[in-house]
Amino acid sequence: MSAYFDHAATTPLRGEARDAMEPWLGDRFGNPSGAHSVARAARGALDEARDVIAAVLGTAPGDVVFTAGGTEAANLAVLGRAHAAPGAVVVSAIEHHAVLNAALAAERYGLGEARVVPVGKDGLVDLEALARALDKSVSLVSVQLVNNEVGTLQPLAAVARLVRRRAPGAVVHTDAVQAVPWYDIADLGAGADMVSISAHKFGGPQGTGALAFRRKISLEPLIFGGPQERERRAGTHNVAGVVGMAAALRATVEEMEVVARRVKALRDTLCAGLLGAIPGAHETAPGQEKAPGYCHLVIEGIESEALLMVLDGFGVAASAGSACASGAMEPSHVLTAMGYSEREAMGALRLTLGHTTSAQDVDKGLREVPLAVQALRSGGLASEQAGSR
Amino acid sequence: MRVLVAMSGGVDSSVAAALLLRDGHQVSGATMKLWGGPSDTGCCSVADVEDARRVCQQLGIEHHVFNFTREFERDVVGPYVSAHAQALTPNPCVACNAHLKFDRFLDRALLVGFDAIATGHHARVANTGGAWRLRRGRDAAKDQSYVLYMLGQAQLERLYLPVGDMTKQEVRSLAGELGLRTAAKPDSQDVCFVSKVAGRESFLRGRMPLGPGRLVATTGEDIGQVDALELLTVGQRRGLGLSARTVPERRFVVGVDLLSRTATVGSLDELLVGSVQVGDICWSAGPPPSGAPLEVQLSAHGRPMAARWEAACTTATEGVPLSGGPVKAGAVSAGTVSAGAVGAGAVGAGAVSAGTVVLEVPARRPAPGQAVVLYAPSPDGDSVLGGGTAL
Repeated sequence: MSAYFDHAATTPLRGEARDAMEPWLGDRFGNPSGAHSVARAARGALDEARDVIAAVLGTAPGDVVFTAGGTEAANLAVLGRAHAAPGAVVVSAIEHHAVLNAALAAERYGLGEARVVPVGKDGLVDLEALARALDKSVSLVSVQLVNNEVGTLQPLAAVARLVRRRAPGAVVHTDAVQAVPWYDIADLGAGADMVSISAHKFGGPQGTGALAFRRKISLEPLIFGGPQERERRAGTHNVAGVVGMAAALRATVEEMEVVARRVKALRDTLCAGLLGAIPGAHETAPGQEKAPGYCHLVIEGIESEALLMVLDGFGVAASAGSACASGAMEPSHVLTAMGYSEREAMGALRLTLGHTTSAQDVDKGLREVPLAVQALRSGGLASEQAGSR
Repeated sequence: MRVLVAMSGGVDSSVAAALLLRDGHQVSGATMKLWGGPSDTGCCSVADVEDARRVCQQLGIEHHVFNFTREFERDVVGPYVSAHAQALTPNPCVACNAHLKFDRFLDRALLVGFDAIATGHHARVANTGGAWRLRRGRDAAKDQSYVLYMLGQAQLERLYLPVGDMTKQEVRSLAGELGLRTAAKPDSQDVCFVSKVAGRESFLRGRMPLGPGRLVATTGEDIGQVDALELLTVGQRRGLGLSARTVPERRFVVGVDLLSRTATVGSLDELLVGSVQVGDICWSAGPPPSGAPLEVQLSAHGRPMAARWEAACTTATEGVPLSGGPVKAGAVSAGTVSAGAVGAGAVGAGAVSAGTVVLEVPARRPAPGQAVVLYAPSPDGDSVLGGGTAL
């Protein structure tokens, strides 16, 4: 069985989510907008799910907008706000492309300048640079809670305080997609006015997400049609998806303390073990608080593309930076922003753990990753070796 | 054998993968992402990667994508631009084969555990008397041995060219029989990183200065001018802006001189040469003795012509190491050791990296920078001896 270390890309569907979704993929197929009992059943399920999600995100049920995933949620926050209240959009340089490219699109549409705030080698947004980027012309500030590549926890509370002081008219959005499995979003994201989440990062189904509001913010919709979601997001609801998202979120929150502690211990073992076993391997942003699932390394003299192929052959599913449309590895914009050279960035290895990660997985990672690196460094895998595996 | 097929998303490499699979090899496919900029043709767009991936899915084999955009920029696009800046006429496909397909890609394949690579080129690999040879493809009209002349023993012994024994028509019909989605896909052509719409001039203008130049007759007389002297190619006839009234006979560029910013224009007779100087030579299995008869091909689709090889004097140390990878920076040298010292096809010895091809019948001068490819003399004229760059 292959050891799966790509939970930040997507994590397996939780049993609770699958069970909760089942009826809505079968007999209970109604469209919640209808005026009959079949529809009302679906509407009820949707409302219940909304209650659960609102409670976890620390807002009222009416302030949750369901979307088709985290990317749409982030786009709605950034572009919806830019359309409704044009002005500068301030984002950190290590935002997910869902935020970064939406900010650049806002600028392209002439809605406001995109200001990209640098980060330090520590993988944290530079607060002094942020302060300089803030003024009365700013309409939106977007800073993620947990970085999706290196896993660093961003100082969102400090960001929000700066914004209140220097750009009081601006709203703060946080992309909490990678934070949900590990942190109390209502508490940690308290400074944000808008929060984006994505179900499949915490055991819900792919293609479902939500944008939550913490205060009244006027947004222009990105998708037009029916009056769903209080005219903020048109289109028939993905009832099964939303129900699955709520069930996964509830289970995640219930088990969070235990899972986070267990995974953090596994991560620490994995990370320390690999750093000890692989000469020339460096932890990115060492010493910074990172989400428990993240082990991110840069390995000297190794190309991630080759490493991932070999690891895949060894039964280890891992990741590197971001991939472009063709599927080719690109040097990560996160590592480049953190000051790594392109060459260093091409040697990145991201191992992300999740709720299903076992000690056996970690053992396998500790065994196979150093072997793969060694094989690549010694000039490759002889075919006999590969064949005997 | 574990074979990694370089899959461009075209029909030839699709069929190459299918044939290797049929022969019982362990096959995977990989597509190189080479060019990040705009393109309308061939090898680098997302749609082509998708075709390659879908063919692999259909064949039930793994598909990978290798990002070699940095190397492509450094080893193909950069040199293409600087060659133009020296008024040379580069062949980027040759550079791509030398540095990407049969160097970087091969290295990567071996690194991750493959025994060999394959491509969809129309050429054949043969082994005679212990030495590997590159032969022309069976389909003469599609033969690509010309752009593969740099392959040495180290590459040939790890290379499969499964469609080399087929005509293009056979490749297409087999692809059709197998139901491969690429069966009817048009052939790629031209320089993959220069889009047809924008064109070569606009591509180069963005990367280097282009300046005007004067056209002078071989008599020295001024007969016209061009906007971009750097874009002229020896042998070029069109686009010179010479009116048929003032210059009645056909005129060709016979030389370009950037220092005086002039291009010399002459008649067809004045374009003909009796010999061609060649540098940066790679030999497939060692150089022939000086004076040896051979056949030479001076352009991608040119006819092979009878010729004789005259080695320039070179120092053995600057020769091409035949056991190593493809030549990265061939040093054109004029040293003292005679070619005879390394003659008779001694594989692994130092090699002659420059010389002269003496043509039996005068031919149009190849543009400096173009590949000059040397084949065994008839009747074995289909096997590549080596090749280099016209000086």
